[in-house]
Amino acid sequence: MQPWKIVYRIACGAVLVFLLLPILAVIPLSFSSSGFLSYPLPGLSLRWYETVLTSGRWLDAFINSLKIGLSATALALLLGTMASFGLARRRGFVVGAIKLLALTPMIVPIVMIAVALYFFLAPLQLTNSFAGMVIAHTVIAIPFVVIPVLAAVEQLDPNLARAAAACGARPLTAFFRVTLPSILPAVASGALFAFAASFDDVVIALFIAGPDQRTLPREMFSSLRETITPELTAVATIMMVFSTFLFMLMRYMQRRRRRLINVAAQGFVSA
Amino acid sequence: MNLSRTTLLVVPVVGFLLIFFFVPMIWFASLAVREVEVPRALPQTVAALRDWKPGQTPPTVVFDALASDLKTARSSGTLAEAAHRINYEVPGVRSLLLRAGRTVARAPAETTFDAAYFTSIDPLLTSDAFLSVVKRAGGGISDYYILSSLDLQRTTDGAIAQAPAENRLYLDVLARTIKIAATVTLCCLLMGFPVAVLLTTVSEKAADWLMILVLLPFWTSLLVRTTAWVVLLQREGLINSLLMKIGVISEPLAMIYNRTGVIIAMTHVLLPFMILPLYGAVRAIPPGYMRAAASLGARPLTAFIRIYLPLAAPGIAAGSLMVFILSLGYYITPSLVGGASDQMLSYFVATYTTGTGNWGLASALGLLLLASTFLLYLVAHRLSGGRAISLS
Repeated sequence: MQPWKIVYRIACGAVLVFLLLPILAVIPLSFSSSGFLSYPLPGLSLRWYETVLTSGRWLDAFINSLKIGLSATALALLLGTMASFGLARRRGFVVGAIKLLALTPMIVPIVMIAVALYFFLAPLQLTNSFAGMVIAHTVIAIPFVVIPVLAAVEQLDPNLARAAAACGARPLTAFFRVTLPSILPAVASGALFAFAASFDDVVIALFIAGPDQRTLPREMFSSLRETITPELTAVATIMMVFSTFLFMLMRYMQRRRRRLINVAAQGFVSA
Repeated sequence: MNLSRTTLLVVPVVGFLLIFFFVPMIWFASLAVREVEVPRALPQTVAALRDWKPGQTPPTVVFDALASDLKTARSSGTLAEAAHRINYEVPGVRSLLLRAGRTVARAPAETTFDAAYFTSIDPLLTSDAFLSVVKRAGGGISDYYILSSLDLQRTTDGAIAQAPAENRLYLDVLARTIKIAATVTLCCLLMGFPVAVLLTTVSEKAADWLMILVLLPFWTSLLVRTTAWVVLLQREGLINSLLMKIGVISEPLAMIYNRTGVIIAMTHVLLPFMILPLYGAVRAIPPGYMRAAASLGARPLTAFIRIYLPLAAPGIAAGSLMVFILSLGYYITPSLVGGASDQMLSYFVATYTTGTGNWGLASALGLLLLASTFLLYLVAHRLSGGRAISLS
């Protein structure tokens, strides 16, 4: 191998180390038996996990985050999927404007959305409420659903639904038995992105969630403002396991989606 | 599919986003130009000042109106807000107006409220500086907050001028925001480009594994990653203790709660956003082109600069703009790993909304942020041929 190629590979390796090592360095610290965040570890223990799992603070925040995330995802999925069917294969000024409206929450700086909703929800008594958090997270989650689902619906072969109808399926049956299964991977990937957007949000939580609606990222934010304890590294490790799980699910969905597209393409070629 | 069914499918999302996104945004933006406090508290004074211009002697009716407004506003509790608003432009007037309100309310019934009366309370109350602000802020709409966000102000006679040096802050914040975003973008590009190219040169299976290494941090919560950087970079953190143990340094380096920490943490968060579009762009470059350049006698570096880079340019531009746009709006990372002089525009939008409560200024600064973001987004949209937003 030429020397510059070795240098190049090392440089790339350094970038990947930069990406991964900081995250991985936290994990062993969470198993430390001491309260200091340094290596070498004086001994191993699960005491920080015990603290995290037995004190209500983190568990409540996690469950609340989960509830908000799932509700916002469900609402965004419903609204986004319906809209995708309405918008697919249509052109024109109004359609363009609606697509823009559905995608803008992704471009607008999150602090603007948070502040604007704070002003808007406060007079409606929706700040510091579960409903307010779900509404706000649905706003930021909708683009994550519309992008993949709209693309999948546009790729959908309209003859499939027609064939189902010709075989005697009623429209609703055709939708649930034929159309929905073929876009399911896209819907699932949209759902995962939507959930991740909600589950990872701090800024909206800082403005909309009052003392009664503590979310996990918000709790982490306030702990980070104080002093860092191994307790926090244990929370971080648990969250890492959780997000790795989401990531694996995502890869599985995408592979399935690719396979479906491949199958469809092969079907097209053989026909 | 007929039109009515299409409409039915789209109406819920449009309605939801109009109510919970579009209307709140417009309402928040309107705060930048709306003047509420002064028209509410001093309506008669504002009306009496309609034909007055700075430099003229104000008619006596103005002070009669002011006295009557002060009495009403004091009892209805709107005076404090108006005094607060006028105080932005005429420092010191806040306590003065509240005091004037008390004095007027206690005055005997037969008192004549004229210029001399208010001058005896404080000459500032009859000055052009005070009255011109009441007139401008009383119109319902003014450009005060927009001008403030650009470090500008109106002089007593209404001309636009630079704010006094000690009040200039926000152009600095804007410049700092752009500087941090540009530095982070450059770091991401320098680190991301080699990795994107590497992904195209290795086998498909290896690329798949490398991609996992890039995407895993991408899926890890922002707070988890920030925690990691605090653990690593802080004074007694892992990096400092490691460097001191092997004897490279004798004093811990200050790597956090300053600009270095902000740049490192933000680059870490945004690097995947650079690698993904770059990978998409360089993957589309046919390998034959480089071979052709080589066979025509170009040395590797020449071929890279003359052939490869121009072909990768749209992807580089799109990825860089995307990272730049995302970093412009950053709030959480700088507030956790930055110092006081590393806070970006978003921080001031948030602070003025909650802390001191200057909503007009929060809105004007937000508009500044929004305008820069949209402008850059349009450029990115053009460069990427309408595919600036995509999920992989």
